[in-house]
Amino acid sequence: MIIEALIAVTFLSALVVFVAPDAYAAKLAAALSVLPIVGSLRMWAAYDAAGNALLGGEIAFETDFVWLTVGGLDLHWFVGVDGISLPLVVLTTVLTTLAIVSAWTPISDRESQFYGLMLLMEANLLGVFTALDFFAWFVFWEAVLVPMYFLIGVWGGPNRRYAAIKFFVYTNIASLVMFIGFIALVFGLGDSVSSLRLPEIAQALRAGELAGFAGLDAATLKTVAFVAVFIGFAVKVPVAPLHTWLPDAHVEAPTPVSVLLAGVLLKMGTYALLRFNFTMMPDVATALVVPIAGIAVISVIYGALLALAQEDLKRIVAYSSVSSMGYVILGLVAYTTYGVGGATFQMIAHGLISGLMFMAVGVIYNTTHTRMVGDMSGIADRMPVTAGIFVAGAFGYMGLPLMAGFAGEFFIFKGSFASTVHSAMPLFTAAAMFGIVIVAGYLLFAMQRTLFGPFSFDGDYDVAEAPFHDVAPLAVLLLLTIVLGVAPDLFFGMIQEAVNPILTGGGL
Amino acid sequence: MYEALLLQSETVAAWTALLPAILLALTGLVLLGIDTLWPEEPSNAMLAGVAAAGSLLSFAVTGWFLVAGTGQARTGGAIPLYGDALVVDGMSLFFTLIFTVVTAMVAVAAYDYLEEQSHRAEFYSLTLFAATGMAVMATANSLATVFISLELASLPSYALVAFLKTDRGSVEAGLKYFLIGAVSSAVLAFGISLVYAVTGSLVLGDVAGAIGNPEMAGVLGLGVLMILGGFAFKTASVPFHFWAPEAYEGAPAPISAFLSSASKAAGFAVAFRVFVEAFPLGAVPAGVDWVLAFQVLAVVTMTLGNFAAATQEKVKRMLAYSSIGHAGYALIGLAALTAGGPNGDVLGASMAHLLVYGFMNTGAFLFIALVEHWGVGRTFEDYNGLASTAPIAAVAMTVFMFSLAGLPPFGGFLSKYVLFYSAIEAGFWWLAAVGAVNSALSLFYYSRVVKAMWIETPAADFEIESRPVGLYAAVLFAGVGTLLLLPGFGPVIETAQTVAATLF
Repeated sequence: MIIEALIAVTFLSALVVFVAPDAYAAKLAAALSVLPIVGSLRMWAAYDAAGNALLGGEIAFETDFVWLTVGGLDLHWFVGVDGISLPLVVLTTVLTTLAIVSAWTPISDRESQFYGLMLLMEANLLGVFTALDFFAWFVFWEAVLVPMYFLIGVWGGPNRRYAAIKFFVYTNIASLVMFIGFIALVFGLGDSVSSLRLPEIAQALRAGELAGFAGLDAATLKTVAFVAVFIGFAVKVPVAPLHTWLPDAHVEAPTPVSVLLAGVLLKMGTYALLRFNFTMMPDVATALVVPIAGIAVISVIYGALLALAQEDLKRIVAYSSVSSMGYVILGLVAYTTYGVGGATFQMIAHGLISGLMFMAVGVIYNTTHTRMVGDMSGIADRMPVTAGIFVAGAFGYMGLPLMAGFAGEFFIFKGSFASTVHSAMPLFTAAAMFGIVIVAGYLLFAMQRTLFGPFSFDGDYDVAEAPFHDVAPLAVLLLLTIVLGVAPDLFFGMIQEAVNPILTGGGL
Repeated sequence: MYEALLLQSETVAAWTALLPAILLALTGLVLLGIDTLWPEEPSNAMLAGVAAAGSLLSFAVTGWFLVAGTGQARTGGAIPLYGDALVVDGMSLFFTLIFTVVTAMVAVAAYDYLEEQSHRAEFYSLTLFAATGMAVMATANSLATVFISLELASLPSYALVAFLKTDRGSVEAGLKYFLIGAVSSAVLAFGISLVYAVTGSLVLGDVAGAIGNPEMAGVLGLGVLMILGGFAFKTASVPFHFWAPEAYEGAPAPISAFLSSASKAAGFAVAFRVFVEAFPLGAVPAGVDWVLAFQVLAVVTMTLGNFAAATQEKVKRMLAYSSIGHAGYALIGLAALTAGGPNGDVLGASMAHLLVYGFMNTGAFLFIALVEHWGVGRTFEDYNGLASTAPIAAVAMTVFMFSLAGLPPFGGFLSKYVLFYSAIEAGFWWLAAVGAVNSALSLFYYSRVVKAMWIETPAADFEIESRPVGLYAAVLFAGVGTLLLLPGFGPVIETAQTVAATLF
């Protein structure tokens, strides 16, 4: 019941903070958000399961009972974690607390509502990563949108209304497309499944029990459903050309919200792709490897080029997410232990590093009130600690060895070079690796123009080192990035165990 | 009146099955009595208290009957009364549950709304008489009682819509509602007479036994179509929906809530029973394809309602059109029936949706009553920044809006999901697809309210001078109900589908 406790505690904390007076809200939210961290770390320490939760593996901390029955299908309350979801649970709890602390400086309006919504989002995110029944999972998946909509719409920048609505409508329509695709699969499976539990559906699909539905034969239905589900998740990831909501949402969102958006929300997309598309329908994924790998490479290169062209530091980091998520897709489609495992690892690594980068940009913005590259230069003179962490984070992003980003990208490239799903995979990999050069280019270019050189600043604000509570979350994230880079096995072992059944058919 | 009917009933126990309706009627009479005893303005609190207590008592009795199995298969099946003119079964009780809980919420909310008005006792008693009519509608088993109970529900409603005598909008709305209602009553009565001409009976079961006559199929078809028109009026379905936005907008907001939730559900209760019992799919002659008519009606109603709602500038009108859209969803219950299909599941899903709708839609209209009470304007712009002055009520309204749109953490998501799922299960995946797309589009205009309340900054400073207890209580009650119907949906849908299955 530890998962239920985790979700319930977070949810109750959200309620408590929502009704608390503004004066205490910030500290109270930070204190309460430590509880889920303790819980998730306890889960991680006690984790002893093996295999993939969907493909016959053991499930840790499992609860399963029937919630209601509709038309012969049982909807379960079914939660549990395996080596793929547990790291994401830990990432969610840690990043939420750091984001809450990083909100102390920029958020000064309607604070109890802000922190309440942050915790509400955490509760829903935990649900997304632990639910193993489609219905319960979808409830949490959609419920994430509601706090996000308010967080962008109320506390965002000048263009926040547009960004919030665009985010909401884009991702909600994507969810609908995905939902229809998945339900079509369930109907195609007919009597071979008796519930919407993901393991049952994954195993039935892998065993080839799909029949036609609504005039489509089984093979066509599977392909159509795969594409619908893929599009639904691809918007969330986001991959080019479905990424246009992301820069708007990121630029308008306040820093702590951007941190969660890039750090955890985007992972919902790749996590779901892994669980649904690449675990349940490997045959279709292998057949569509060229378009998928093509999309991945385009996302990597195009996202990086877009980042190169930006003048706004936050936009640079935002577009770089499109690029990094492209690597994850490439790793997934490779269908090797290192490819899929590396993609999972990269989700964590990118969560930490992009969170770090967004926070660093936020700290600079809190002091200078501008994010435009042209407005400042030599910031490192006045804010040496922040600048130092920014540089270290950027190196992590570029893939400096002994940092988490390096480990993730290395695993992905190793896995996708060795991939045998299509003869062109090495070619795709080589093309994607070119993205690293552009990443290094835009990050070095941005740092050189803003952080280094003689100090100059167009504005009336006093540029000085940020307060301790602004820098501390940055330092924690940098530390975690290095720890995971030095010892990727903290997570990679359990990830590999969970990934292997996907590749071998997993005890079917 | 009841003594006269009692003489015909065979056992004393049988008529007690009508207790929910009787309690509602008695409460209405007690309210009139109070008005007679204290002719110079009786206490508002006492009137609202009696009205709410009466409907809650009726709600409790209904719930008790439903749990105890009155009129259901496990305790001997439906209880026919008065020569089969009325029948109490699980379905009638399920619908009565909706009417009574909505009536209770409306009565509590009306306490604040009527503070400044005269003729308050009449308001409450008319509401309860209308609710009595609805409760009888759910039990009507003969075309005669269908017509009479429908009129019993409608006539007080006409008066209630026009209750604000000095408000031109209210009077105009009442007049329009009355005129269109009278026409549609005439249409319904004519349809009933045509069906009677073909079958020689008014009791639904006997009608079903006599409709196999192909010579008269044309007349029967016309009669069925006209009856359908009468119900389309009551449920505010296209093309008999024109009265709804006008009436809902002009009426006092609690009455808008009452009409769009309870009265609409009552229309569906009758439609479900009449079409399933009197014109069963296997028995109707070829050429009388009412399922096809309902399919057209459902698709047109949900689409037109949604698109019209999206273009409104006033929140109450938007809600009025969106409630037309929801009538379209509920019509799936009749549009996705097939001979031998999982009809109980589909119909039950529709009923469960109407129950959830009873909470979220009533809540939304009562929030508007609250806003009207504060003297805030009617357009979306007037709602700007409401959340900063009234956060708790705004949270409740947000719950209603997202639930109506079908977003997950709320009851509306689950009821829509089950509804569309059941439609696909019955083979009508295209109907479910139209519904799902409509539902996704509806998020656009529902989120406009949310955006106005939370994200926009208020145009001018305004202070809330009072926090009306009754309105707040009713709104919060509806909000909590909408939330709890997500985890607690299991028993609701199971009951609904079980009681619906016994109709087939």
